[in-house]
Amino acid sequence: MSATLTRREFGGALGGLVIAFSMAPRVGTAAESAPRLPGMLEANRRLDAWLRVDPVGTVTVFTGRVELGQGATTALAQIAAEELDIGIARVRMIPVDTNRSPNEGVTAGSNSIEAGGAALRSAAAEARAILIQHASQRLALPVDQLIADDGTIFAKSGPQRTSYWELAADMPLAREATNSVPPKPAKDHRLVGRPAQRLDIPDKVMGQPIFIQDMRLPGMVYGRIVRPPSYGAELVRLDETSVRKMPGVIAVVRDGRFLGVVAEREEQAIAARAALMKAATWRVPAGLPDPATVHDYLKTRPGIDTKTVNEKTASAQPAVKTITATYRKPYLAHASIGPSCGAAGLIDDMLTVWSHTQGPYPLRADIAKATGLAPEKVRVIHTQGAGCYGHNGADDAAFDAALLSLAVNGRLVKLQWMRDDEFGWEPFGSAMTMAASASLSADGSIVDWQYDVWSCTHNMRPGNRQGVNLLASWHLAKPFERATPAELALPAGGGDRNAVPTYDFPNQRIVDHFIPDMPLRVSALRTLGGFGNVFALESFMDEVADAAGADPVAFRLKHLKDERARAVLQAAAEKAGWKPGEKSDGTRGRGVAFSRYETTKTYVALIADVVVDRTSGAVRVERVTAAADAGQTINPDGLRNQIEGGIIQGASWTLKEQVKFDKERILSRDWVGYPILTFAEVPAVDVVLIDHPELPSLGAGEASQGPISAAIANAIRHATGARLRDLPFTPERVKAAIARG
Amino acid sequence: MPETYHLRVNGALREVTLEGDTPLLYALRNDLELSAAKFGCGLAQCGACTVIVGGTAVRSCRTEVRAVENRDITTLEGIGTETKLHPLQTAFIAEQAMQCGYCINGMIMSAKALLDKNPRPSELQIREALAGNLCRCGSHNRIVRAIERASKEMAT
Repeated sequence: MSATLTRREFGGALGGLVIAFSMAPRVGTAAESAPRLPGMLEANRRLDAWLRVDPVGTVTVFTGRVELGQGATTALAQIAAEELDIGIARVRMIPVDTNRSPNEGVTAGSNSIEAGGAALRSAAAEARAILIQHASQRLALPVDQLIADDGTIFAKSGPQRTSYWELAADMPLAREATNSVPPKPAKDHRLVGRPAQRLDIPDKVMGQPIFIQDMRLPGMVYGRIVRPPSYGAELVRLDETSVRKMPGVIAVVRDGRFLGVVAEREEQAIAARAALMKAATWRVPAGLPDPATVHDYLKTRPGIDTKTVNEKTASAQPAVKTITATYRKPYLAHASIGPSCGAAGLIDDMLTVWSHTQGPYPLRADIAKATGLAPEKVRVIHTQGAGCYGHNGADDAAFDAALLSLAVNGRLVKLQWMRDDEFGWEPFGSAMTMAASASLSADGSIVDWQYDVWSCTHNMRPGNRQGVNLLASWHLAKPFERATPAELALPAGGGDRNAVPTYDFPNQRIVDHFIPDMPLRVSALRTLGGFGNVFALESFMDEVADAAGADPVAFRLKHLKDERARAVLQAAAEKAGWKPGEKSDGTRGRGVAFSRYETTKTYVALIADVVVDRTSGAVRVERVTAAADAGQTINPDGLRNQIEGGIIQGASWTLKEQVKFDKERILSRDWVGYPILTFAEVPAVDVVLIDHPELPSLGAGEASQGPISAAIANAIRHATGARLRDLPFTPERVKAAIARG
Repeated sequence: MPETYHLRVNGALREVTLEGDTPLLYALRNDLELSAAKFGCGLAQCGACTVIVGGTAVRSCRTEVRAVENRDITTLEGIGTETKLHPLQTAFIAEQAMQCGYCINGMIMSAKALLDKNPRPSELQIREALAGNLCRCGSHNRIVRAIERASKEMAT
């Protein structure tokens, strides 16, 4: 290891630290009759698969959840420290490593705290009870005579004491979890519910090498990939002779239309990539739909699976008026600031891969399939990357690194995608069409709600039973097939995520039209279909309120029974000083929106204040006031950070973002071709948190993107009278909508 | 042909042997093992690679090594120590001014170049100084608050 690579930074990744515990799947009848355990504790039942007490006075936590910059690691450390009654400084969080971490699948869907936290809390509570039990035996004192404080176990009266650290040698946690110890009641919490500084931030402000992009391994060489110019491009001719002779070039790799270079130095790999691009001649077919009509094109693809996913019927007052509207969302990019990166090498006969993937185990499964190696011969170690916001190029870059490493006899290869690789090849969030229809009774209530959504899949992650979802595998001379896309089940859902309203309508029918075709590469982008659906649903609620002549906040409350939903709406309205019937001066406006993420997770209501330049059509979001209820808050500042960040990211999607393409290729290849919101354009954000320490924590990482889009649309309507139904709200579209009146 | 260049980085004279047109970013990250500056785009569009050369924030992904020989180069690693953080570093921790943190090198270095010239900038001036720095997580307002906090701290 080089001097800069410490064990702490990379979790002892290169050997040395060997931990022996059972990761074997549960078998046999005894286990079958065991109690159901929270989260993935059910599938990883050994306590020492989650927690290890170290004689040196620390507790090592093996979580299956990865740090994506969302702060989950810190919140999980708070939970473990809380239940074990130790200071957070004693907790060592180990990055996910398929050789030693519990398999918690994919870190996605805002589940790290809701499910990952529940598993860890249960394990930690039981671990504490077991440690006290061991202390009781060692000190010959009853359990109720003992107190644990920061790892020391005291006799309530008397001098006897021991500690977790002394008891560590007994291997007290080498047993299965039973979920028999109730976690601490909220009133006793010292750490949970209070702001905790993120564990990773000090290293980041000091510029320490903690990102995968910063990894330096002994003997490491550098790779770059030359992708085809488009999805369907055929390699007609390649003369790589001159590239092989370039300074520092170790290998030019070609397998089918997968092309890569390996060089001694990074800038040499980049130069060789540029030369190899010039040395390749491609035939580029016109394989993409016309971007101007892509939404209609998608709706007419063969094999669309149409399902009524939710239906309610009840007697209601007669309808006197029916309103309809159709909304569209474009393809969106994850557009991570740090292009995807991977590193790989053969270490002790194992293909060892470092990746910022969201799912180390699923990635391992697909790499094993695509390389023909047994899964036990592939080790994936999570190392932080830049924020990914879903399934971006992380897994693909890991496999690229693996392919290049195998091509140079297992040498350690690190590669990073260039900016145009990232935009050109990442899986996008699908374009979507949402059509809504609502009928009003004479008293201005919604008596019937019909909703249809058309979307491609939002889940083409690695780890499917059939197929391989790794980009390079499709380009090999003997290509692998992608997995068959399938819709995800509600309540989480995929294209229909958040299509079912939280409102109480007597009659409703929600229809999901799942489009299996994928003319543009698509997969999971933060919120999946939730952004498009909440945009449509909450824009439409305002349109219907308008038709009913009702105030948008009052109209929502009128249709909401859920007390927590009502509370966030009322809190946001109060904080923002919402006044029913407030008139606009033609340029300033405010709009409200509400959603409960995935219909089961965090509640968010927010109010956006906008200023519209009627001449240019430019929209500036000045301020956003939000209220959020995520149940029991673990780290209030972390939650606030997620809600704020989601509002700003969602505002960027709403105002600026769409993937540009023509019939041949993706045209958004850099930040000029895919602009995002900048410092001068971001709104001021004010977040009110409604804490419910007595209730379970709810996933919050994706809760605010959906409502901000509709709040902005509703605010533009309030300001100008113009209704925007096609995202993004570019100045041209806003100007045209104002002109239409 | 590779040549040896002398770089004054964080007050120390360092030598690198490479092609003169190599972007400073790779000399820093790979030769000198100073990897705070990040590759984000290679196009001077995002600011993740920002370092300070002679008092000015520059994009190290588009700055050739031969152009900065014998100039004073400051990287994030050079503005504070573990025992004495730079006020900007302290402020970014206090405000928890990031999510993923990949852009943060650029934010702190652009802010340092600003504060060195204008110790008490207005909020608008801060936002203008960061116009070329992209953040994807939506931490902008926290970053602005951190810079304001550091500015106040440095004035006292």
